[in-house]
Amino acid sequence: MPENTSTEKEKPRIGVFICHCGSNIGGFVDVKAVTEYASTLPDVAYAADNLYTCAEDGLNNIKDSIKEHNLDRVIVSSCTPRTHAPLFQRTCEAAGVNKYMFTFVNIREHCSWVHMKEKEKATQKAKDLVRMGVARARFLEPQEETKVDVTPTALVVGGGVSGMTAALSLANMGFPVHLVEKDEELGGFVKNLHGLMMTTKSANETIKPLIDKVNAHKNITQHLNSHVASVEGFIGNYDISIGGDGAEAKEVKVGTIIVATGAVPLVPEGLFGYKEHPNVITSTEFEELCNKKELPKLKSVAFIQCVGARGQKVSYCSRVCCNVAIKSAINIAENRDNMLGVTEEKAAETGEVVEEPAAEKKAEEEGSDRRRRRRGRGRGDEDEAGEEAAPSSGVEVTVFNRDVMSYGVEHELEFNKAREKRVKFVRYLPDNLPKVSVKDGKLEVGYFHETLKMERTMPVDLVILSTPLVAQPDAATLSQLLKVPLGQDGFFQEAHVKLRPVDFATDGVYVCGTCRGPADISEAVSQAAAAASRASIPLANGFVQAEALTSIVDETKCTGCGTCVETCPYSALRKNEEGITEVIVAACKGCGCCGATCPEGAITMTHYTDQQLLAEAKAALEEV
Amino acid sequence: MTEKHHTAHHGKKKAEADKEWEPKIVGFLCNWCSYAGADLCGVSRFQYPTNIRLVRVMCSTRVSPHIVLEVFEAGADGILIGGCHLNDCHYMTGNYHTEKRVNLMKRLLREAGVDEGRLRLEWVSASEGEKFSKVVTEFTEEIQKLGPSKIHTDDMMKAKVAAADDASETFRLKALVGKEFNLLSKGNAYGDKLDPEKLSGIIDVATEEEFERALILELARIRPISVKQLGMVMEVPTDRILRHIVLLRQNSMIAMEHPEGFTPLYKTIEIGGEQ
Ligand SMILES: Cc1cc2nc3c(=O)[nH]c(=O)nc-3n(C[C@H](O)[C@H](O)[C@H](O)COP(=O)(O)OP(=O)(O)OC[C@H]3O[C@@H](n4cnc5c(N)ncnc54)[C@H](O)[C@@H]3O)c2cc1C
Ligand code: SF4
Ligand code: SF4
Ligand code: FES
Repeated sequence: MPENTSTEKEKPRIGVFICHCGSNIGGFVDVKAVTEYASTLPDVAYAADNLYTCAEDGLNNIKDSIKEHNLDRVIVSSCTPRTHAPLFQRTCEAAGVNKYMFTFVNIREHCSWVHMKEKEKATQKAKDLVRMGVARARFLEPQEETKVDVTPTALVVGGGVSGMTAALSLANMGFPVHLVEKDEELGGFVKNLHGLMMTTKSANETIKPLIDKVNAHKNITQHLNSHVASVEGFIGNYDISIGGDGAEAKEVKVGTIIVATGAVPLVPEGLFGYKEHPNVITSTEFEELCNKKELPKLKSVAFIQCVGARGQKVSYCSRVCCNVAIKSAINIAENRDNMLGVTEEKAAETGEVVEEPAAEKKAEEEGSDRRRRRRGRGRGDEDEAGEEAAPSSGVEVTVFNRDVMSYGVEHELEFNKAREKRVKFVRYLPDNLPKVSVKDGKLEVGYFHETLKMERTMPVDLVILSTPLVAQPDAATLSQLLKVPLGQDGFFQEAHVKLRPVDFATDGVYVCGTCRGPADISEAVSQAAAAASRASIPLANGFVQAEALTSIVDETKCTGCGTCVETCPYSALRKNEEGITEVIVAACKGCGCCGATCPEGAITMTHYTDQQLLAEAKAALEEV
Repeated sequence: MTEKHHTAHHGKKKAEADKEWEPKIVGFLCNWCSYAGADLCGVSRFQYPTNIRLVRVMCSTRVSPHIVLEVFEAGADGILIGGCHLNDCHYMTGNYHTEKRVNLMKRLLREAGVDEGRLRLEWVSASEGEKFSKVVTEFTEEIQKLGPSKIHTDDMMKAKVAAADDASETFRLKALVGKEFNLLSKGNAYGDKLDPEKLSGIIDVATEEEFERALILELARIRPISVKQLGMVMEVPTDRILRHIVLLRQNSMIAMEHPEGFTPLYKTIEIGGEQ
């Protein structure tokens, strides 16, 4: 290794700007002393302290000093690069210093804020950190970001509300869109639903306009009964092969990709008597029965919330189920559209799920009326709202819950409405789950009454299990094809939970809807609009600029062993005709895996070279 | 062969060094999780000892054995590598490779007689600010117990860590460990997945051999040395040393000097190292 590549050229001229951050740093670190120390370090041409480096005058100070002292690299020693690097890099560029000649030294989060009671040691550490930054800066090289052309077409995978919304947004912006749906029609999970929360329109009525617009749009090419068979390329230039049932694969070229493949409800195998008793059904099956108008006459319905969720089969809260249960409870209580028992006879004929209660019903009717009255009297302890007469439909509805997640304004109002309709909300604790059993051929729910501290039972006709939305079973296939990650629960994982909720870490691929975690329709639609807008940026620009954090293969050293090709998570390495590896710069994300792997030491990581990292780390150990 | 804590002989500077000795710890943190966790730790004002100096890398997978061993050679008392939790790596599989690389680093540290507790791998997510402060506090205490690195006071230790570094750079170990994750998760070219224990055994043998060869080269670089002497200082049977020497000579990495006496001495060929 040459001593210092820059000695052959000109000697580096480093400017160091040390920030007080008001008293955030200044209060716990002797910033003046650090600045003075910095000015003594090799190749440092200028060192200054600022009250707030990120404020207007701090930034101007950087720009002016670059000119005045002819600086060719800049160090800001302040907060964290994760939030402030782009700002300082732009400032450098504005004054003619390449952004890769900038170094961040974190003396706030990693120093003043974590060593608030030891100013002397914290000051020493800040000096060390600045020395490390200087050691790194001396080896920096300017980098050029490559521009890559973008095919102005998008791919949307999944034709539910999210996928349709995203496709329509992009199509309306004028970009051709390929919409791939594995089902034979558009609509997604909402097709199964009956009514929707907070609207009196049915689910199908609600989404029909969306489907019509997608069908009519000239920019949208639909691929039904289809799936993504293969993906090659990188942002701006994807070659997608779309496979259909038996049909020949279609090849399309796209610039960006949106994943909107939705989720499925958990099947509560073995929980709460599901499948053991025909009248124990899931909330999804309940919606389907409502749609088919196959509900029997009911007297008493119990919802059980969080079935399999929140620490049982899955760890998370599925977000929608409480509000879905509230919606359905209100519908039952109001006997919306005469949904209850209208097809009693039909149900008996078809022998479907509802057969048993329908048959039982008549015999029991009187008895259960009496029972309801009897229970009505002593019911004040169940729930404050449950004191008076039964709801208008005459059906008792009880929602067994751990706690009701009716977040936000509208859902809380719906919750109140349900209580006004005499829907009872009975709480259970996770270590004392309600029990569904059959006594004398009759379904009943046993539970522990938290206020009375005693076991109780309640006869019911129907138990509705609210199960969480879980990831699509085949999500992993798409995740591997697109090289985007799944989180621990199998949902697609965004780049940053707060700041980049609809981006993937892989540029050019975006995510929306329930494939990224449970969401209701309005949330899914907002995400879809956001994803479409994110996906349109490269399409509209016509090019993307790839960060110059990539690997470089030294072809004189590479022996073509292929170890790196196997390890690259983005397939950004391939062998050329001579069997030597080359980097597809636009696809490389600069993780450094290949660099640490190559047995011949043929791979260098730009901006994170061994030389730079070692200089920085070893500077920490110097005795001063 | 492990370090003997506290009791070891530190040379002249021992007394004064012990008085004011503060562990020097370097941490390599990935940008996306552990560095963010360290940031959150600061934002939440969780305090920890001042000894650690952090270096940011994009992914923990970037931290090659060579970097870690060279920083040990430069005198670090402890090194922390921080990454995202498994399956949360920003680059999907990066930290699985980190795990394999850290295993190799630990194997080599063991060979060199450095307490492997001086190297620590931790998964810290962006939301685990408090965990970060705990990890650093605990690790600093542990290093405090292990005492100062003996790199600057013990020449044999210095040669051994240098040998560990050289061994980590050999084609054989790099290729094995580079492929380890894929071999275990996806299988070889024929789709056969390897038995993890078997592969681990193969890497163990390779590590030991490569380390011994690298150490021979280190020692024979200082001065010409005989097989018997090598066997003694390395505490390795001479027939084993001889086998290494034969191989090193075939690769023109070591030369034989035959002075008057009977015992041949071996000397490392400086430029011939890379053929
Ligand atoms: C019981 C229940 C009741 C609900 N009630 C309401 C309600 O009242 N109000 C409300 O706002 N929300 C409700 N929801 C939530 C609502 O269903 C979701 O918000 C909505 O379906 C999300 O839409 P999506 O497009 O993201 O996913 P989905 O609707 O699941 O659509 C995904 C689409 O992608 C397709 N697909 C999947 N994988 C692939 C692949 N690999 N390739 C191609 N295509 C693929 C699927 O076939 C599907 O068409 C309810 C949910 C449940 C479980
Ligand atoms: S690992 Fe190194 S030597 Fe092997 S193919 Fe990749 S660049 Fe070439
Ligand atoms: S740096 Fe990472 S993404 Fe880039 S080629 Fe190497 S392994 Fe692939
Ligand atoms: S990005 Fe954190 S370990 Fe890979």
